[in-house]
Amino acid sequence: MRAPDSDLPLRFERVRFEAGNRLILDIESLSITNGAPTAVVGPNGAGKTTLLRLGMGLFEPTVGRVTWGGREKVPPTRRAILFQRPVMLMRSAANNIDYALASVNAPSRDRRRKIAELLALVGLSGFEDRPARRLSGGEQQRLALARSLARDPEILFLDEPTASLDPAAAKSVEDVLRAVAERGVKILISTHDLGTARRLAGDVVLIHRGKILEHSVSEVFFKEPRTEEARRFQASDLLI
Amino acid sequence: MFSSAFELLITGDPGLYRIIGLSLYVSLTATLIAALVGLPLGALLALKEFPGRGAVIVIVNALMGMPPVVVGLAVFLLLSRSGPLGSFGILFTPRAMIIAQAILITPIIAALARQTIADLWVQYRDELAGMNIGTAGSVATLLWDGRFSLLTALLAGFGRASAEVGAVIIVGGNIDGFTRTMTTAIALETSKGDLPLAIGLGAVLLIIVIAINAIAWTVRRTGERLAGAA
Ligand SMILES: Nc1ncnc2c1ncn2[C@@H]1O[C@H](COP(=O)(O)OP(=O)(O)O)[C@@H](O)[C@H]1O
Ligand SMILES: [Mg+2]
Repeated sequence: MRAPDSDLPLRFERVRFEAGNRLILDIESLSITNGAPTAVVGPNGAGKTTLLRLGMGLFEPTVGRVTWGGREKVPPTRRAILFQRPVMLMRSAANNIDYALASVNAPSRDRRRKIAELLALVGLSGFEDRPARRLSGGEQQRLALARSLARDPEILFLDEPTASLDPAAAKSVEDVLRAVAERGVKILISTHDLGTARRLAGDVVLIHRGKILEHSVSEVFFKEPRTEEARRFQASDLLI
Repeated sequence: MFSSAFELLITGDPGLYRIIGLSLYVSLTATLIAALVGLPLGALLALKEFPGRGAVIVIVNALMGMPPVVVGLAVFLLLSRSGPLGSFGILFTPRAMIIAQAILITPIIAALARQTIADLWVQYRDELAGMNIGTAGSVATLLWDGRFSLLTALLAGFGRASAEVGAVIIVGGNIDGFTRTMTTAIALETSKGDLPLAIGLGAVLLIIVIAINAIAWTVRRTGERLAGAA
């Protein structure tokens, strides 16, 4: 059952997340609103993946609340996530997408057309019958993007979607994401690639050691960062 | 010695074919029933965390080694005239044999399925959660995507069912033309000293088991190749 209202804004209120007796994420407040993509940047191990999983609803905060459109514990019927290392189902490329379409009860008469459209969107036309696990890493990444788009999400979480791609493939994925964002899908993308963040994002969240150091609109973040860490991160000398 | 059983086979001896047919019918039906119970049970043990899950897994694994005569005895007591299910009057019928074999091999199928599905679940877990797939949907997906590996679990169950003699002889009674299977016939002929017939039946049993495994192996390889699993 789809709730009638929106999952946006996505809010983190005094969220702490612990795993293995360690405090991994400690967010006083974060609000993700409709509009251009939000980039979550930070060095390896900063907590980007954890933040995305909390936002998707795959983790529950140890302390505090995550809310979607003001409500807690909203099932992810209109959110989708592309994991950092996506896992293909042991099925054909088309059936991987079909599975995602079925997961949101897309009418079966439209599915063939949608599968073809989505494969074309990510540059995999003609790959319908190929076993998904036989595709190259970059092809699997793009198929996973198509699969996450098949859920027709209101919010799309992308965990370093271009990290394993060569520059040309990364650029074409960015083009897809820009088109998707223009259709009104809210994108929350984690990346340690500042170029991607600069090209795509409307606002940037910098996290380091589980804390948000800065959340600014893109121009501010890149031209006049407020924090020393943001300056150092952009100079590539912010390490763990 | 070998010739007499094959002679019976080639001449189409109805008694022999009835024995072979009944054996296949009982063991295949038992495997089907055990699969209907054991596969979802294995999947649930792989997916669901609940108190005492570890103990249940240990018990199911231990039950893989249940002696057929013990299962036969238990089913005998259940189905005997004075037993709790005695009113059904199915003791010494093929149905009783199917029940006994199904009980015998359900733990085998459940335990092997649990292992297969747990391995696949590690890979699929995040993706299925991200697609908002509930427990029932996840079980269905894992059973389907693991179907070629699960075939091995079914084969193990069928192999055990078709090879055992202890359970079917107790609850079936080895009645000529009605509940006599290949294994009970072999046991009887051997005890009567009719070794050629026993050996012939043993060879037939072996050929059937090898043929079924060969078919399953081919299906698995071809299927895995087409699905891109291997
Ligand atoms: N389940 C867990 N148990 C213990 N530590 C974890 C767990 N998950 C993540 N961490 C740790 O939390 C930190 C943040 O992880 P993550 O969110 O994956 O960072 P990022 O995606 O920014 O690289 C890392 O130091 C990681 O090792
Ligand atoms: Mg990460």
